[in-house]
Amino acid sequence: MRLFLQYASSGIATGCTFALVATGFVAIYRVTRVVNFAQGTFAVVGGMTAFTLLGHGLPHFLAEALAVVTAALVGLLVGAAAIGKRGTPPLASLIITLGIGIGTYAVLILVFGDQPVSFEELKGTATIAGVTMPLQFALVVVVTATCFAALTLFFNWTYLGKALTACSSNPHAARLVGIDTTRMGLVSFALGGVLGGLAGVLLTPLQPVSFDSDVGLAINGFAAAVFGGILRPVTALVGALVLGAAEALVAGYWRASFQSGVALAVMLALMVWQASRRQIVEEGTA
Amino acid sequence: MLEVRDLVVRYGQATALDGVSLKVGRGEMVALIGPNGAGKTTLLNAISGLLKPARGDYRLHGRVAQVPEGRQLFSDMTVDDNLRLGAWKAPNRDCRRVYDLFPPLLSLRRRRAGTLSGGEQQMVAVGRALMAQPDLLAVDELSLGLAPMIVDNLAEHVRRLSHDTGMAVLLVEQNARLALDLCRRAYVLEAGKIVASGPSPDLAQSAAMRAAYLGGAMDEVLPVPRGPTKPASSGGKDTGKEAS
Repeated sequence: MRLFLQYASSGIATGCTFALVATGFVAIYRVTRVVNFAQGTFAVVGGMTAFTLLGHGLPHFLAEALAVVTAALVGLLVGAAAIGKRGTPPLASLIITLGIGIGTYAVLILVFGDQPVSFEELKGTATIAGVTMPLQFALVVVVTATCFAALTLFFNWTYLGKALTACSSNPHAARLVGIDTTRMGLVSFALGGVLGGLAGVLLTPLQPVSFDSDVGLAINGFAAAVFGGILRPVTALVGALVLGAAEALVAGYWRASFQSGVALAVMLALMVWQASRRQIVEEGTA
Repeated sequence: MLEVRDLVVRYGQATALDGVSLKVGRGEMVALIGPNGAGKTTLLNAISGLLKPARGDYRLHGRVAQVPEGRQLFSDMTVDDNLRLGAWKAPNRDCRRVYDLFPPLLSLRRRRAGTLSGGEQQMVAVGRALMAQPDLLAVDELSLGLAPMIVDNLAEHVRRLSHDTGMAVLLVEQNARLALDLCRRAYVLEAGKIVASGPSPDLAQSAAMRAAYLGGAMDEVLPVPRGPTKPASSGGKDTGKEAS
């Protein structure tokens, strides 16, 4: 049981980083209807920038904060390329983000090298309900929870957040009341950059990040986001935690190389179950 | 307040507006009548800045706000949020003046806009446009899908507001009778061109107008034109020419 809880807690920590990536997908998709396949890249940029800055002797927190800002700027640039020109169809924007995600490999190798990087995690352990876990796990969970609370407040209580929701709810009406939907799309890309960057900064101490780590992150994040129809952050959070926990348990009890495959199979089964349930409801009301 | 001169708008090859000129003065209510696909909504979107004209221009003193066809509310957001977003470009986000104008909305303010009745939704749509404190209110199909009593009530509110504040109103309607009753002047738009204009009583007397839009005595001789829904169609052209 102790072992199980330890695997689970490690899985929940990884799941939290998936959740941050997933929320990035959701934030961008809601406003622009674009699936941003460069979302994993934001995390890699965040993690590698933090590593480099720490290497230059910057103190913790400052280095991580600057890394997240860098990821946000990268998000803004990707957004400008993907949706900057008005009237770009979402599918074309999606291909642009995919292209940028792959094209960035070259830049990442030039800037950061081709070796996986990692930096020291938060030292110490925390014991919660009899389970001892590294303090880094607790940090990841606390940051993710704070992030979700802040996002909820932002979207539900601020005027800018409402304007972003309005773009998602009815883009035509948003333009009618004078909201610049392209600018709001750029805001959402920057937000996606922040969320991806945070995920990268939190994940790098747990598992080394290299230039091509974006694929695994993006697939897990996207699977979690799709669980909520790419529209609901909270459902995406649940999906991400299920994925993270499943991966850690498979790796712990079975084989690490099976972890992604099994986790995604679990996800697929959940989605099929979810979809079949929805159909029954619709037939019932028809 | 609004002066449109020789406006041409094209969607690719199709010409939606073909040299339209019209004027709306301060505190004036002007109707724009015409069949489906005549270019009425295109004209509103052009003066709302959503479309770029290919030729011609318009001068607008102050702000324009549009009540779009089919309401176009943020249906999964609350009534209050819908109203507040209407003030995105305006300095004042206080919704009280709209609740004063439409008291039924006050008790519905926390409800999601998509769950309201058609009449209530139209109130929200008008209220959202008013939140921009417009100098010109452009209303697209106020009456569409609503019971006559609800339409009369809404129209009366708009008329009184225009009278009290000097707000100009451009009322786009397929329901010509309502539009002519409400506005002192009217323009008739068909296939992207203004085919008739003048004081509402004169237009209401015109035989061709009566036949084409008011369901008058000549109903059986000349069918009511039903143009295709695409812009720049030739729907109702023949009857329109006679009206001018």
